[in-house]
Amino acid sequence: MQLALENKRRRNSIHPMKLALWMSLASISMMFAGLLSAYIVRQAAGNWFEFTLPNLFLVSTGIIILSSITLHRSLVAFRNKKESSYKILLVTSFILGVLFIVCQYQGWMAMQAAGIDIKGNPSGSFAYVISGLHVAHVLGGLAAMVVALIHAFKLDFRVTPLRINRLELTSHYWHYVDALWVVLFLFLTYYR
Amino acid sequence: MADSVDTTLYKKEDALIEELGYDDHFHEHHHGDKYQASFITKYIFSQDHKIIAKQFLITGMIWAIIGAAMSVIFRMQLGFPEESLTWIKPLLGKWIVVDANGVGTLDPEFYYALVTMHGTILVFFVLTAGLSGTFSNLLIPLQVGARDMASPFLNMLSYWFFFLAGIIMFISLFLNTGPFSGGWVAYPPLSALPEASSGSKAGMTMWTMSLVFFVVSVLLGGINYITTVLNLRTKGMSMWRLPLTIWAFLVTAILGLLSFPVLVAAFFLLMFDRGIGTSFYLSEIYIGGQALDHVGGSPILYQHLFWFLGHPEVYIIILPAMGLVSEVLSVQSRKPIFGYRAMVLSILAIGFLSFLVWAHHMFMSGVNPFISNIFVVFTLIIAVPSAVKVFNWISTLYRGNVRLNTPALFAIGFVSMFISGGLTGIFLGNSALDIQLHDTYFVVAHFHIVMGVAAFFGMFAGIYHWFPKLYGRFMDETMGKIHFWGTMIGAYVIFWPMHYLGMVGVPRRYYSFDAYQAFSDFDEMNMFITVGAIITFGLQLVFVINFFYSIWKGKKQTVRNPWGATSLEWTTPIRPGHGNWPGKIPSVHRWAYDYGKDGKEFIPQITPLAEGEEPSDH
Ligand code: HEM
Ligand SMILES: [Cu+2]
Repeated sequence: MQLALENKRRRNSIHPMKLALWMSLASISMMFAGLLSAYIVRQAAGNWFEFTLPNLFLVSTGIIILSSITLHRSLVAFRNKKESSYKILLVTSFILGVLFIVCQYQGWMAMQAAGIDIKGNPSGSFAYVISGLHVAHVLGGLAAMVVALIHAFKLDFRVTPLRINRLELTSHYWHYVDALWVVLFLFLTYYR
Repeated sequence: MADSVDTTLYKKEDALIEELGYDDHFHEHHHGDKYQASFITKYIFSQDHKIIAKQFLITGMIWAIIGAAMSVIFRMQLGFPEESLTWIKPLLGKWIVVDANGVGTLDPEFYYALVTMHGTILVFFVLTAGLSGTFSNLLIPLQVGARDMASPFLNMLSYWFFFLAGIIMFISLFLNTGPFSGGWVAYPPLSALPEASSGSKAGMTMWTMSLVFFVVSVLLGGINYITTVLNLRTKGMSMWRLPLTIWAFLVTAILGLLSFPVLVAAFFLLMFDRGIGTSFYLSEIYIGGQALDHVGGSPILYQHLFWFLGHPEVYIIILPAMGLVSEVLSVQSRKPIFGYRAMVLSILAIGFLSFLVWAHHMFMSGVNPFISNIFVVFTLIIAVPSAVKVFNWISTLYRGNVRLNTPALFAIGFVSMFISGGLTGIFLGNSALDIQLHDTYFVVAHFHIVMGVAAFFGMFAGIYHWFPKLYGRFMDETMGKIHFWGTMIGAYVIFWPMHYLGMVGVPRRYYSFDAYQAFSDFDEMNMFITVGAIITFGLQLVFVINFFYSIWKGKKQTVRNPWGATSLEWTTPIRPGHGNWPGKIPSVHRWAYDYGKDGKEFIPQITPLAEGEEPSDH
């Protein structure tokens, strides 16, 4: 890790760690693209049970978008050396992230209650698996936020390029899982 | 140091590096000491790319021996089905069934397990991790002029995930129900239903786990390789000055990054079908007269997802070999690589097209014939950049002062294999011909020659060529030549006859042909192939002995740049330490292929253009 940070801006203006992050995001996108194309191919084959996603998923979509906004504000506050709003917004984003997962879980329960079983028609199985894998990635984002929180509350407040970069990496990832969910949500809603 | 010969040349080079090089104050930081302090951090959990390269190489070699030994055992079954195999009972235990007369036969279930493990091990552990893991690690930092990978830590993790994947697969070999036995492609329903066969039980679970860890290793490695190539090139090293090896590793890593996640998606759905009881891939199946409750899935879905990785995967295997061969051919024939830009563009074209041809593995799966036609077209188009590369390799050799040493021989052997196997690909790529050829030994012949043997030859060329860089010594030339000629002849002896078997329709993946009178005509041919395989396997031991003997006893490397190559790895000390260059990082002033220019035999990349000299890279 150290080397990467020391070698920074040797050749390109983009930081190697950021490049590495974006490549992982490309890779995650390919995984979901694989799942969505399997969904499309399977749906075209018929015997496909149509259902509407519970409204809870709309709520969770709102929550995760909100958390992206607060995390972005937190980063801006950090850059501007506003300690308290940086910390408050970071904590808020984390709580919203947890809420998102709770909401997804409630959404699955509602699907279950509506008689859509993971073992039933593949249309339902796909919805569970795709949203479930997405939640797994959100958990990764929450883990990164835990690290960010530890940095925020354990280290002395100092705005250094290294720490800006770390926070940027966390927030880029978070915006990605946010955008990914919006895409998945729209897909599952309109491509039934 | 040992650089006593030609010291003036190397003194001049060092002066150049000091004068023009890039000072990153690397050696003032002492981070080397931090993570190379003890034996464990230096040799086991090392973060030095050169050590990690050796770890990949030696792990890959161990797997190659295991995987190849498996093929010898199942070839014995195919070549000599009547012969008693009691003598390997100590090794295989209950998988050899001994009858009342003391005649031991291989358990058919285990035959499938062997074939499956052979494919999985060779494709993933040897030709992916062993080949690109080794050489990307060794050469990327050295040839682009970097101290190490962008993230040495993730690089170390990449190796250890590979190691973990290997351990899991290895343990699965000893399961009571046997390792997975449904073929390296793991098609459902065999792979999705634990009750389908004994290998589909715990064996398949461990197979999937192992491969998921393997993918993590590939992704961590790939992200690092790409970042290093794009971000950590030294001053003056523009993309168009990169050696072809680096281009090949870069595109390989990109292919891996974009295709392996799709395989993981396929595996996730498979795991849900196995573990939870979903029906992504399963529909209306009867086992033992009993209908299962899975309805509504489609096994073809898995095939699409698998081959979307599967086809790029074969290029993930062959591209690094192509890169190594291009470099070795140019250095050893003392000529610039012919058509450098065409070479780069064809690597890019192959990489791009490899995502558009996956369904050529599924012509016979009942996909719509009109859709097949599209895939026929793209498949045949891929032959064009492949042919460009072949043409350029041959033109590089043409009228060169080729040093016919072992690395050069293996590189030339690679070209031969790639031509032979590529031509049969064009037969298979026609969906109409594929009706006859699919799932026969013709396919086995095709991919072993074009991928298996060719990639091995690329790897051997690389090992013999860069052995001095790895260990500061040379491998033995006599043993090397025996190894080359034996393997070259052996490979054709084994795989050439398989084309004939395939053309008359002998199917692959059969334990025995005694139920088909028509195929008994081929008993002698099968024996011939098996004998060839045993001898060729034996010859690989010459390589293994040579390798380990030379690490400790090989001829010492006395000069820093023994092949007279231009690229940066040969400007480091004979045994480069942590950070690769003792002082500044060299800067680069020309492309990597200035051989025979202006009456000079070669001009290293660190040499500035002479007064009035035209750069060769326009
Ligand atoms: C000239 C270009 C090539 C063409 C047109 C081509 C075409 C094909 C086709 C149509 C098949 C499917 C045959 C069947 O299952 O019926 C096939 C199988 C295969 N090819 Fe190629 N190929 C080409 C080059 C390569 C290269 C360069 C590699 C590897 C480096 C490769 C590796 C494989 C493998 C591994 C399989 C078999 C997989 C399996 O079923 O287990 N091919 N090829
Ligand atoms: Cu293919």
